[in-house]
Amino acid sequence: MDIVSLTIAAVRDGLASKQFSAVELTQEALQFARQENAKTNAYLTFSGERALAAAQKVDAALAAGQPLGPLAGVPVGIKDVIVTRGVRTTCGSKLLEHFVPPYNATAVERLEAAGGIMIGKTNCDEFAMGSSTENSAYGPVRNPVALDRVPGGSSGGSAAVVAQGTAVVSLGSDTGGSIRQPASFCGCVGVTPTYGRVSRYGLVAFASSLDHIGPFARSAKDAATLLSVIAGRDERDATSAAHPVQDYEAAMALPVEGLKLGLPKEYFEGLNQETGDCIHAGLDALKKLGCQIVDVTMPHTKWAIDAYYIICTAEVSANLSRFDGVRFTTRSANSNTLLEMYRNSRGEGFGAEAKRRIMLGAYVLSHGYYDAYYLKAQRVRALIARDFAHAFETVDAIIAPVSPFPAFKLGEKVNDPLQMYLSDIYTITGSLAGIPCMSVPCGATAAGLPIGMQILTKHFAEDTLFRIAHQYELNRQ
Amino acid sequence: MKLTEEQVRYVAGLANLTLTGDEIQRYAHDLSEILTHIENLNTLDTSNVEPMAQVLFEAEDTASLRADVPHTCLSNAEALANAPVAGQGYFKVPKVIER
Repeated sequence: MDIVSLTIAAVRDGLASKQFSAVELTQEALQFARQENAKTNAYLTFSGERALAAAQKVDAALAAGQPLGPLAGVPVGIKDVIVTRGVRTTCGSKLLEHFVPPYNATAVERLEAAGGIMIGKTNCDEFAMGSSTENSAYGPVRNPVALDRVPGGSSGGSAAVVAQGTAVVSLGSDTGGSIRQPASFCGCVGVTPTYGRVSRYGLVAFASSLDHIGPFARSAKDAATLLSVIAGRDERDATSAAHPVQDYEAAMALPVEGLKLGLPKEYFEGLNQETGDCIHAGLDALKKLGCQIVDVTMPHTKWAIDAYYIICTAEVSANLSRFDGVRFTTRSANSNTLLEMYRNSRGEGFGAEAKRRIMLGAYVLSHGYYDAYYLKAQRVRALIARDFAHAFETVDAIIAPVSPFPAFKLGEKVNDPLQMYLSDIYTITGSLAGIPCMSVPCGATAAGLPIGMQILTKHFAEDTLFRIAHQYELNRQ
Repeated sequence: MKLTEEQVRYVAGLANLTLTGDEIQRYAHDLSEILTHIENLNTLDTSNVEPMAQVLFEAEDTASLRADVPHTCLSNAEALANAPVAGQGYFKVPKVIER
């Protein structure tokens, strides 16, 4: 068994042909993950006991001739902003250093019911706020492709574990690009589904109107299998959609000939040369498959960053008020009154970026500023969503870059928050519109740094995303 | 848009954050820079646009209510298990009422 390149199908075949048992695979994955973690710091907590118990159940089902779930025996990493009953969930924050959730997120529940084996919880930017995973209170993650570089963020750990092969698939979360950008930096597939496609129950809230859970994988096919397991209506999340989950596997078998792909010119300005070259090579491959490339225009793109950082920080300042030193966080030791205790616990516990966003959010929502900032941003958000709706009247999907540049060096951008925010430009627009988007590897720079190509479609058209990505993967070279 | 240190202290109060002197200086600089960038929005006329309060898709998908049936909830012990200080079945906090 070559654990580094395992696929979901290979796990299924290996179990069926008795090449390995689920327990053997789990033991090997755990051992390999512990060994690699010394290099990358991608996992914050290992859940070995739970993983082995789950693997034993898969082996028992196999021995009894019972049908196996679609993820049976598959090693999975879970981003540490997704709660797991009995397994510490830190959100990358010192405040939740000792937090052991009393329940499972719906996505985790569904994944485990399908036979998935949770190996551990993956490192991330504190409360998923960042683009490099350098904002974790537990130290940064190193990119397994180039250890002196960041893996992207905020789901840097979830991207790294799939890229280094210590998990076959993983769950991340995306608010403004936190799945697609690390997928691009680490060379794996990352999917941000339609808003509401996957229940947010048990995803620690960051910006509720923008938060998504989604899969990382080494192929579009495996990402589709994981999404089909976790997607669907959940009565515990009122914003989860009842829309039926499509048959992604059937969709992926369809050729892409005749599909119309939109190329927004606004997304190709200010792009690093090598990144642009890789995307254009990807486009050429899609053209050869019979796709028609059409120019589209997204005239409101240049206002997206500003609208996003108002909406996101406003929601942050509200959502993060629950971390107050009373119910589940650590508490400051040096406080005499209730108010002092709140303020000191939060002041000592939150990291620099979390505080920056809470402050910005509190400011834009404060008396006299609400109309000028929050309401204005929501109007701009409507215009950005309209740009996409308009484009999808003529095209089936949009092709764009994920990030203006490949993975950067650790420490390179950490002291310039505005520059870090601006680098999210190509992923933020899809998040604001709530449409499904995906990053697929489309090449590498001369130095070997992976580049991802972004595919965006209209609401609930994940089948089209997977179809394009899978056909592209089959014909990439 | 330039934020004064006085304004930063006021916002920190609203956000219930104790900040050090260094942090106040740093956030005065960072927030001023970000808010200046955000002024970019003033170049876009949005007077005829409705604010988008939630992602747009058919209401019947999202507006559904669940059946009104009782569920088991967390036990008192489970709910208190992560509290930094608890006792007698309650979360404990510093004294609120002065005598």
